[in-house]
Amino acid sequence: MNSLILTTATRFLTPLILALSVFILLRGHNEPGGGFIGGLLVAVAFALVEKAEGVEAARRAMRIEPLVLAGIGLGCCLAGGYWGGIVHGDFLRGIWPWYEEYGLPVGSILLFDLGVYLAVAGTVSAILFGLEEAGHAVAGRDD
Amino acid sequence: MLLVWPIALPLSTAVLCLIAWHSPRVQRALNAAGSLGLLVASIAIITRVLDEGPVAAQMGSWPAPFGITLVADILSAAMVLITGIIAVACAVYGWAEVGAGEERNGHHALTQALLGGVCGAFVTGDIFNMYVWFEVLLIASFGLMVVGGGKAQLDAAVKYVGLNLIATLAFLTGVGLLYGAAGTLNMADLHLTLAGRQGETAIFSAAAMLMFAFGAKAAMFPAFFWLPASYHTPSVTTSALFSALLTKVGVYAMIRAFTIVFDTSEPAIQNTLLYGSAITMVVGVLGAAAQMHVRRILSFHIISQIGYMILGLAIYTPLGLVGAIFYLFHHIIVKANLFLIAGVIGRSTGSEELTDIGGLWKRKPWLGVLFLIPALSLAGVPPLSGFWAKLLIILAALEEERYFIAFVAVLVGFLTLYSMSKIWMEAFWKAHPGGDDAAARPASYWLYLPIITLALMTVFIGLNAQPFVEAAFASAEQVLQPDAYIAAVARASEAAELGLTFESPAASGVPAEAAPTPVEPIENPTGPPEPEDPLR
Amino acid sequence: MPLPGGTTEMEIVLAILVGLLAASGAYMMMAGRLIAYLFGLIMISNAANIAIFAAGRLTYAEPPLVPDGEYTPMTEVANALPQALILTAIVIGFGLLSFALALVFRTYFELGTTRMDDMREAEPRNMGGNS
Repeated sequence: MNSLILTTATRFLTPLILALSVFILLRGHNEPGGGFIGGLLVAVAFALVEKAEGVEAARRAMRIEPLVLAGIGLGCCLAGGYWGGIVHGDFLRGIWPWYEEYGLPVGSILLFDLGVYLAVAGTVSAILFGLEEAGHAVAGRDD
Repeated sequence: MLLVWPIALPLSTAVLCLIAWHSPRVQRALNAAGSLGLLVASIAIITRVLDEGPVAAQMGSWPAPFGITLVADILSAAMVLITGIIAVACAVYGWAEVGAGEERNGHHALTQALLGGVCGAFVTGDIFNMYVWFEVLLIASFGLMVVGGGKAQLDAAVKYVGLNLIATLAFLTGVGLLYGAAGTLNMADLHLTLAGRQGETAIFSAAAMLMFAFGAKAAMFPAFFWLPASYHTPSVTTSALFSALLTKVGVYAMIRAFTIVFDTSEPAIQNTLLYGSAITMVVGVLGAAAQMHVRRILSFHIISQIGYMILGLAIYTPLGLVGAIFYLFHHIIVKANLFLIAGVIGRSTGSEELTDIGGLWKRKPWLGVLFLIPALSLAGVPPLSGFWAKLLIILAALEEERYFIAFVAVLVGFLTLYSMSKIWMEAFWKAHPGGDDAAARPASYWLYLPIITLALMTVFIGLNAQPFVEAAFASAEQVLQPDAYIAAVARASEAAELGLTFESPAASGVPAEAAPTPVEPIENPTGPPEPEDPLR
Repeated sequence: MPLPGGTTEMEIVLAILVGLLAASGAYMMMAGRLIAYLFGLIMISNAANIAIFAAGRLTYAEPPLVPDGEYTPMTEVANALPQALILTAIVIGFGLLSFALALVFRTYFELGTTRMDDMREAEPRNMGGNS
């Protein structure tokens, strides 16, 4: 697609959506929101880039193979689980090591949610990019 | 933590494989290491379970009906053990067999994810959690189906995906109906809640949905069409893994759900399972008789063998379940081995179509012997493991005076022998139609290592059946009288409620660490109270 | 209007909706084309989700969120478990369907058809078939 309006708007919208996604991720701690929705927003941001400037540009903007991103996300989820397992002997147990001292609600739950965020962002982007590339291949063959 | 390893190890390996996306060699090593780790973890679990009885754990210290329960009794532990064995066998076979393209497309990560899903389904004590693990293994198997990317693979994958998604939706709906009727999805809790309520319409409809769902996953008549349409298209390693594990997860779920949750002695449930399994046996074996592609013949035999296992459950006596459980264990070893051998046959002759190949006996007599061991075991020839498996089932049928069913079981055994001798005659005995060394690729020794090991296992189980049958008896007793299972869940749940680390029955009651004070409302262990008891 | 067994009117409406969705889904799945099959699957999966939702009982209640500084909710709250189940099921269904969509797309690209009767690549060469 080649649209000046879309390309220009994308430049403003993409960082905004990415910032919003982080906000939603953190808000999910006690209120509606969370990793899944945040991850979808990340995928939306890159989908916008992909629609405006093409798959290549979107892949470049992502800087990392989407499936590797998903793998890192899954790794964060597992690490969140292991954390409880190692500290407390109970896999997936919620651990907040800095809450009592500093009031920071950061811990294994947030790590798990961050993992969901990355995994969803990676998987959905991988599917979107894959479909788009397959579409180009079909279009190329029809010529 | 012990029960978490069979799930966490394969999933962690899958993650590492994803991160090492660009290096197939690293992934290959990771796959082998992860499979070995799984085997070690499964041996640890089964020794523990054989020593102490069922073991349970609550994830994240949430007590039983709220949190996810993992439970291992002998059946679960044995299934995890056999998963570990097959995983290692397939990883070794895969070194020499899986193509570079498949490796680049994520064969290893998907295999490990599949193993994680399979083990999760085996050790979970919660029906909804079982649904989640089914989906994990299903998505991974979808991926494995298409990593090769050929036309046949895509065609097969469409049928596999389409028909499995229907079973998935039936599973989900059944879970919903069960929740509506019972208000809980924890299997131990369901057993207590549904006691005396079997036969209610709501519970029957949930049972029907779940029976269809598990039956379709297990490739039971009439929902087996996805299996022969797809199992012969992916790489041999993948189809051996599928043939060994996927349908058996369905059988395991069936055994689990129709003993602890539903009461199979209800005539409607029992008769459906009984005649369904008899038809499954016959249809599978007749379907195999019409095929000429080695792996398709073997695929149809999976269906007929699934019939035997469900039959053992449907007879619903201790001896029947012993037969079913022993059969499950034996069949995974033998069927995986036959698929692996089919791969070597295809490699040494250039094709898996029986009409196009032959002459193997002259060139590779040892391969013939290796083929005959699992083939005769599959047909139930003494003294191999399949003989005892079939004997137990047929004895159980005779004990219940179900003579016709017993007759069908014996007949299907003979027809299985016919199919196996067909492969033998066509692939080994007759001369190769294209001359003696037509289109053969050399078969690496790595291919033979897992084949020989699995063949030795079936011989060993056959000659030394006593301890295995005894373990199957103990396991059937646990499955039919789930008191120990429920007690294990209750202990784990109690420990979780007290904020203790639950490790073993001996350690329960001993505080491992002081429970952290609740710092967040979320930590409140009872969770939000339910607005109304759905039971009323 | 009091209904037997404490059933609410809304539950009956939802039951009818589930039936309608499942029936139209099944009809579309039997059309013999992959795209229609996928749409049918989506409908049936929505039917399953609504069935779970109804199975958790329909009540007039607050969202199950615990207010700040409390340990339990103050008012009567909705049953959170079916919502969690549905959310999980939706996420899983989303993954499965996006995979299925990609698969159908690739299949159309490779085989040039989405009619199931024409898809015989993986079947034996000389058996059955309409073509």
